Amino acid sequence: MGIATKDLWVYYDDFAALKSISISIDSKAITALIGPSGCGKSTFLRTLNRMNDSIDGVTVQGDVLINGSNIYGEEINTIALRKTVGMVFQRPNPFPMSIIDNITWALKFHGVKRRRDREEIAAESLKRVGLWDEVSHRLKDPAFALSGGQQQRLCIARAIALQPEIILMDEPTSALDPVAARVVEELLISLKEDYTVILVSHNMEQAARVSDYTAFFLMGELIEHSPTDQLFANPKDNRTEDYITGRFG
Amino acid sequence: MMQQLHKGHLGRDSSPGAQGEHKQDKRMLAATIQDRAFKHISLLAALAVLALVVVIVYQLTTNAWEAISRYRLGFVLSSVWDPVFHDYGALPFVFGTVVSSLLALLIAVPLSLGVAIFLSEIATAKLRRPIIFLVEVLASIPSVIYGLWGIFVLVPLVRQSQPFFQRWFGFLPIFQGPPFGYSLLAAAIILAIMIIPTITSLSRDALAAVPNHQREASYALGASHWETIKNVVLPYNKSGIIAAVMLGLGRALGETMAVTMVIGNMPQISASLFMPAQTMASLIANEFGEAVSPLHVSALMEIGLLLFLVTLLINVLAKFLTTRTKHKGVQK
Repeated sequence: MGIATKDLWVYYDDFAALKSISISIDSKAITALIGPSGCGKSTFLRTLNRMNDSIDGVTVQGDVLINGSNIYGEEINTIALRKTVGMVFQRPNPFPMSIIDNITWALKFHGVKRRRDREEIAAESLKRVGLWDEVSHRLKDPAFALSGGQQQRLCIARAIALQPEIILMDEPTSALDPVAARVVEELLISLKEDYTVILVSHNMEQAARVSDYTAFFLMGELIEHSPTDQLFANPKDNRTEDYITGRFG
Repeated sequence: MMQQLHKGHLGRDSSPGAQGEHKQDKRMLAATIQDRAFKHISLLAALAVLALVVVIVYQLTTNAWEAISRYRLGFVLSSVWDPVFHDYGALPFVFGTVVSSLLALLIAVPLSLGVAIFLSEIATAKLRRPIIFLVEVLASIPSVIYGLWGIFVLVPLVRQSQPFFQRWFGFLPIFQGPPFGYSLLAAAIILAIMIIPTITSLSRDALAAVPNHQREASYALGASHWETIKNVVLPYNKSGIIAAVMLGLGRALGETMAVTMVIGNMPQISASLFMPAQTMASLIANEFGEAVSPLHVSALMEIGLLLFLVTLLINVLAKFLTTRTKHKGVQK
């Protein structure tokens, strides 16, 4: 169970963005992916729900196993995959719909037929991300009317409404102000009770604060993957130490 | 090096010498005069546009005054157009203009949106460029060429297809009447072809303006390509698409040459798509050269004024629709 990759290579045309990544990620925990810009951490994240499929010139080699099956295998249905593996992006990206429709829309094509059921799930999800009290009286308002932090929590609610097992987060707080970022961070920590969270972070303090495991990427390679306390206190690799002490990156 | 540059710069700026100050003042003065002159010239250019509109409306109104004062509202409501007996009514032409343009939209909008969606959401870069080029070529063909093609290809086609429609759908009034070929339908098809490039390229721009994070959000939820286009991409920039359609409509309303060549030019209001009709623009083009009596000229001027008002109305409506949907939809 969970996520594992074996000898994973990802190319943009001829450029190897990921070089032979083999990693096994623990379930019901937060794993932070850190590393300097262009190190491949976002590429790795996007490999896990096949978001790179739509980009021209991307080739993926090796195995990505989610719950034991290779998601780059032939019989894989990306729609089902993305229901299991949710994603939250750097910039809050709600749809140009009402707050409630932002959540119920995807439920519709994932087979929740009855409108009442969809709205119930939406309410549950909004409660789960702590947004319910703020928006319950104006569910029909456009989602763009919300603040940036609220929009990002709406996007998280939208992802968990599909009951995924895994949530991928690509720097979810980097476009938010510090207060809103803090709220989202606390939400993240609470999410690991129910979900496997993989968090790409540019912010090492954040990685240290919220994650259970940390993986350090550098120039397309996975340098180190350890429990967070251990990686920050006692890095095994010199390059990890250089990065976390701010000598480059 | 940096230090030196810095020093030199400082020295020049704060030079206490009287001559330096004098030079500075002169430059300031020149710049102020330049700025002011530029401001006035550009204002003049802007006012010229306004003046043009006012002059056109004024000229049309004064020249049409004889007809306006004689027929009043009856001009718009009457459907008789008889220069011999000096009986002028605009209704058939308003009908011809509005109906042919709306029919053209009916044909052109789905096609154009299809092409725009294909270009922006589906086509690979390799395929995109030649198709965009072809659409631009379509836009650059002179309308008289469309008219010629209409006469030699489209009109015979409409004529030949009419018996078929009449045989199977003849109970519908829109398919009745003798097979002329020159008809409202032919005009609508020609117009549709002519406005497809406008609507296509403008709505493609509108789709290209949709940020990619919207598409990604949708795919990440497991939405299909089609669900993403229909529910995320298109609604995100609804106002841009409406603007594209409205601009196409504006073009269709005013198009003269090609329509005149295929519509049959008969001032009548008929339910049938296969019957000849006439538009305001084609009427003016047809009769202006032969209009001798002042009343006839005046009536044609009033037709021109009406056409102007109809297109103005469409543009105002387009502005209203786009600003209204923008506030709801687009994220800043």
